[in-house]
Amino acid sequence: MFTAERVADKKDWLSGRDHDWEMIIGLEVHAQVASNAKLFSGAATEYGAEPNTQVSLVDAAMPGMLPVVNEFCIEQAVRTGLGLNAEINKYSRFDRKNYFYPDLPQGYQISQFEFPIVGEGEIEIEPEGGEPVSVGIERLHLEQDAGKSIHDLSPDDTFVDLNRSGVCLMEIVSKPDMRSPEEASAYVEKLRAIVRSLGTCDGDMEKGNLRADVNVSVRKPGGELGTRCEIKNVNSMRFIRQAINYEARRQIDILESGGEIDQETRLFDNAKGETRTMRSKEDAHDYRYFPDPDLLPIKITDDFIAKIKANLPELPDARKARFIESYGIPAYDAGILTASKKKAEFYETLAKGRDAKIAANWMMGDLFGALNKAGIELEDSPVDAVALGGLLDRIADKTISGKIAKQVFEKMFAGEGSADDIIEKDGLKQVTDMGAIEKLVDDVIAANPDQAAKVAENPKSMGWFVGQVMKASQGKANPQAVNEILRKKLGV
Amino acid sequence: MTDFTNLTLEGALAGLKAKDFTSLEITEAHIKACEDASELNAFITTDYDNARAAAKASDEKLAKGDGGLLEGAPLGVKDLFCTEGVRTTAGSKILGDFTPQYESTVTSNMKRDGMVMLGKLNLDEFAMGSANETSYFGPVINPWKVDDNLVPGGSSGGSASAVAARICLGATATDTGGSIRQPASFTGTVGIKPTYGRCSRWGVVAFASSLDQAGPITRTVKDSAIMLQSMAGYDPKDSTSINEALPDFMAACDKGVKGLKIGIPKEYTMDGMPSDIEELWQQGIKWLEEAGAEIVHVSLPHTKYALPAYYIVAPAEASSNLARYDGMRYGNRVAGEDLNDTYERTRADGFGKEVRRRIMIGTYVLSAGYYDAYYLRAQKVRARIAQDFKNAWEKCDALLAPTCPSAAFPVGRPVNDPVQMYLNDIFTVTANLAGLPAMSVPASLDKDGLPLGLQIIGRALDEETVFAAGAALEKAADFKAEPEKWWSA
Amino acid sequence: MSAKETGVTAETVKKIARLSRLHVEEDRLAHLADEMNGILAWIEQLQEVDVEGVEPMTSAVEMAAPLREDKITDGAVREKVLANAPKSEAGYFVVPRSVE
Ligand SMILES: [Mg+2]
Ligand SMILES: [Zn+2]
Repeated sequence: MFTAERVADKKDWLSGRDHDWEMIIGLEVHAQVASNAKLFSGAATEYGAEPNTQVSLVDAAMPGMLPVVNEFCIEQAVRTGLGLNAEINKYSRFDRKNYFYPDLPQGYQISQFEFPIVGEGEIEIEPEGGEPVSVGIERLHLEQDAGKSIHDLSPDDTFVDLNRSGVCLMEIVSKPDMRSPEEASAYVEKLRAIVRSLGTCDGDMEKGNLRADVNVSVRKPGGELGTRCEIKNVNSMRFIRQAINYEARRQIDILESGGEIDQETRLFDNAKGETRTMRSKEDAHDYRYFPDPDLLPIKITDDFIAKIKANLPELPDARKARFIESYGIPAYDAGILTASKKKAEFYETLAKGRDAKIAANWMMGDLFGALNKAGIELEDSPVDAVALGGLLDRIADKTISGKIAKQVFEKMFAGEGSADDIIEKDGLKQVTDMGAIEKLVDDVIAANPDQAAKVAENPKSMGWFVGQVMKASQGKANPQAVNEILRKKLGV
Repeated sequence: MTDFTNLTLEGALAGLKAKDFTSLEITEAHIKACEDASELNAFITTDYDNARAAAKASDEKLAKGDGGLLEGAPLGVKDLFCTEGVRTTAGSKILGDFTPQYESTVTSNMKRDGMVMLGKLNLDEFAMGSANETSYFGPVINPWKVDDNLVPGGSSGGSASAVAARICLGATATDTGGSIRQPASFTGTVGIKPTYGRCSRWGVVAFASSLDQAGPITRTVKDSAIMLQSMAGYDPKDSTSINEALPDFMAACDKGVKGLKIGIPKEYTMDGMPSDIEELWQQGIKWLEEAGAEIVHVSLPHTKYALPAYYIVAPAEASSNLARYDGMRYGNRVAGEDLNDTYERTRADGFGKEVRRRIMIGTYVLSAGYYDAYYLRAQKVRARIAQDFKNAWEKCDALLAPTCPSAAFPVGRPVNDPVQMYLNDIFTVTANLAGLPAMSVPASLDKDGLPLGLQIIGRALDEETVFAAGAALEKAADFKAEPEKWWSA
Repeated sequence: MSAKETGVTAETVKKIARLSRLHVEEDRLAHLADEMNGILAWIEQLQEVDVEGVEPMTSAVEMAAPLREDKITDGAVREKVLANAPKSEAGYFVVPRSVE
C-alpha cells in the first residue's frame, strides 16, 4: 500500500540549491492502553504516583517472575485495529526484544515482532490547508513500556523509577505515506481522535500517553527514496512539525554539501527545536528477537471480534460519512466537524431542525474564528450549541439579517447574553413592515432621480439602491422586501 | 531407637501420623546428619532454626490429628527455588545475598502441606551442568565412592547427594535437560520430571523457560509420588501451567504394568556406552515383561538430534533469561568506568565460565543473520522429535531406556571439550524437548559398584503410567544398595 | 550454512560478548572463538534433518495464552522491590549515570 508514487503538493516542497526536495514521513505512535493494571502484572498504571509504588515483582524482573497477559489490553488492541479499518490477526505472539538499559529490568522488552495482533489498515486525514490524504497502517502491536531514568536528582548517578515498567502500549506503525509536517500532525491528530472515541487510550500527549517516533527522509520530488532517520518520542503536535522541519533541513544540508545520511536514531530537543544523535543507540543494535517462552500464542476467535465490533462507538470516519449523507454538507466540512467527538456533538446539536449548511458555515466560520482568535477550546466556548442555535433561529425566522447576526454573535461571544436578549436590548429586530420599507424606498428614489432613471437600462445598478435603503434602515430592513419593492418601483 | 534418617518419606509420614515419633525428633536427626555430611557440600544455605520451628508447628498440628500431605517431613530445596526470607543463589556469585521477598509456588505448596525445610541445596550454576561442578559454592560430592570423590551428577547434584546420603527425606529438583534424572541415576535415587506445565515455574529461577520443569528426588517411587502430589498443580501466575486436575500419583504406584505396552526405542544407545548399561536395559525389559507388560520395539529416529537442538534452544532462552542479572536492582554490582562497563564487569565477575559460555552461544544463535540457521531450525527439529514420540504412542504406553550413558565419574575430571560433558544428557533431553514426564529408577550397580538408573518416559499428562511402570521396575530390581557412610565425623 | 561459513572469529566473540554485556579480556578472545567453533561444529549436524514444511515448536504445551482480568492486584510493594537493591535512595533504584 506504500504510495511512494505520491508526490507532495508543490507547496510542501522545500527549496534547495539546485532543485526542490520532498519529505517522506512515516510515524510509529505509542499509545498507552487505558487499562487499570499493567500488560503482564497486576500493578496499577495511574499517572503521577510516588516512585516505585506501582511496581510488582514481575515488573522489577525479580528471579523466577512470570508474565500473564491482561485480557483488557488484548481487547483494546482489537478495538483500535477495527477503528483503523485494519486486519485483526487471530494468531499473534509475544516476542522478546533483547537489550540492556537500567530502566528495562528484564533485559528485554516483551513486544510483538513477527506476528502482531493487528495487520494492515488505512485511515484518511485532512491536513490543514491541503487535500485529504489516505495513510496506510502497517501494523499495530502490543508491548510493555520501560521505566523512567531520572538524571537530575544527583550529579553522579541516575535514579530509576519502574512505575511505567510494564504499562501496556499499542505501537501503531504507519506506512511512509506522509509528505509534509502538516500531514504528519494531522495523522497523529486523527489517530488521537480515533483512540479517544474508542476509549482505548486517553491520548494525553503531555503525560506521554501518546507519543510519536518520526521517520524522516528527503528525496527529489518523485525521485529515489533517501536514507531515513528516526526521531524518538516526540510528544506534541507542534514538536512533531518542528522536528520534521528541522530534520528535513538538516538532511538537505548534508546532501547538498555532498554528504551522506547515516541511518540513525535521533532525539528531539524541545527547548532548542533541534534533533541530535542518541548516544545510547550508537552501538548497532541486534535485538535478537525470539518468541517469549514464558508466554503462549494469543488466539482470538471470530466471536471475540464480533462482540467487540458490536460495541464499537461511531468512529470519526463513519461519522463523517453520515454527516455528508444526512446533512448534505461537503466532505471538507464534514471532515472538520468530525475531527473530534466534541465538534461533532456540537454540530449535531446545532444542526438539529435547522439548515445544516448554514449551521456548518456558522460553526466553522464565526465560531471557530472567534475561538481561534481568543485561544479557547471548543469545550470552553462562551457560546454553546444551544445558544448559537438560538441565533440561527432568529435568522431563519427573519427577525434579523445574516449581517446583523454577526454583530449579535460578537456580543454573545463577549458574554452579553442570548441572541434574543441582545436583539431586544439593541433594537436590532428586522423591519418587515412593508409600509415602512416602502417609505424608505420612496425617499431614496426621490433623492436620486437620475440614478433611478438609469436602472431600467442597467438593472445591475439596482444594487446601489439596495445598499442605500439598508443603510437608511441601519441594516434592519428585510433585504428581500427591499429588493422586491425596489424592483417594483424601478420597473426592473 | 529407630535411625530416623533411614526412613523413607512414606515411612516417616506414617510414623508421624501414628505418633511413633515427632517431627522435631526426626528433624533433629536430619540436622545432625546434615552437619555430619558437610563434606558432601550438598547445602549452600542451611536453615535449621526455621526447620526446628516448622517441626514444632507440625507437631502441634499432628497432635491434633491435623496436617497436610508432607506434615513434619524434613526436606531439602534446590537453591533455584525462591524462598521468602532465605537467601537464594542459583549456585551463582551474581545473586550475592539475594533474599527473595516471595516464595515460589512449588515450595509454598509444600509449606502449605507441612514441609520442614532444612535448607537450600547446591546445584550447578543456574542449573547449567551435569556434574554439579559449575556451582560458585564448590562441587557437590556423591556419597557413592570408589577411591576418588565422585560427582553426583547435575544440575540437581545437591538434591541427589542429600537424598542418597540420607540427610533429607526428599528434595525438590529441576530438570531442563536431565537435571533430575541424571543425578538420580548417579546417586541411586528416584527422580521424576513431570509433564511440562505440571509444576509452576513461578518463583523458580529460570534457565530455559520452555524446558524447565520441577520435580522431586527421593529414595523410592512412592516417595516421589507423595512429593509430586504436593509440588504440582495449576498456577494462574504461570501462563504455561496446565489447568488440569492432578491424578492420584500415589495410587498410580500400585497399578502394576499388566496389559501395558512398553516401547523399547532402539536409538537409546551410543558408541562407547558401558556394556553394564546395555545389559541393565535388557534386564529391565525382562523385569517389565515378567511383571505382565507387553514389550514392543519402536523407533524415535530424530533422537540423535535432540542434544544439538537442545544446545541451541536452551542457551538461547538462557541468554535472555539471564539478562536481568545486571547488578542494578539486586545481586552483586561491580563498578566500572561507566554504565556499560559496570554491566560487563558485573556479569563477567558474577557468572562462572559455563554460564558465560552458554550466554555467548545463546546470544550468537539468536543474532542477526543466524536466527534462521540455528534457532529456527532447532525449533523445527524439536517439532520432529515431539512427533517421533507421538508416533511411538500409537504403539505403546510408555518407553523404557537407560537414563544416562555412564555412571558417576570422578570430581575434577578435566573437561577439555564441553561437548563431551553435554553428552551426559543424551537420553534425557528428549523428554524435555517434547515436554513429557520421565522418571529415573535405580536398578543396579555397575562393575565398579556404582548405581545405574533406568528411565521410563510417558505420554504428556500421563504420570500415572510412569509411576506404575517405575514402581514395577523398582519392585523387580529390588535395589537395596546404599553408599557406605564414609563422610561421618 | 556450514561451520566454515559461520566460523566464529575473535572479532565475532568480541561482538557477542558486547551484546551479552560480558567483559572479555583481549587475550581470551581467540580461545573462546575456538571453543564456540567446537560447539557450533557439533551442532552443524542439525543441517541433516529434513525440516521442510515443519512448524517450529516454541512451547511444550499446545494451548493459547491464558488471559487475566484487568484488576489491580499487585504493585504497592516498594519495600520488597527495593529490598535487595545494591543502591537505592528516596524510593528510587540508583544506578551508574547514563545521560542521554
Ligand atoms: Mg520505534
Ligand atoms: Zn515500540
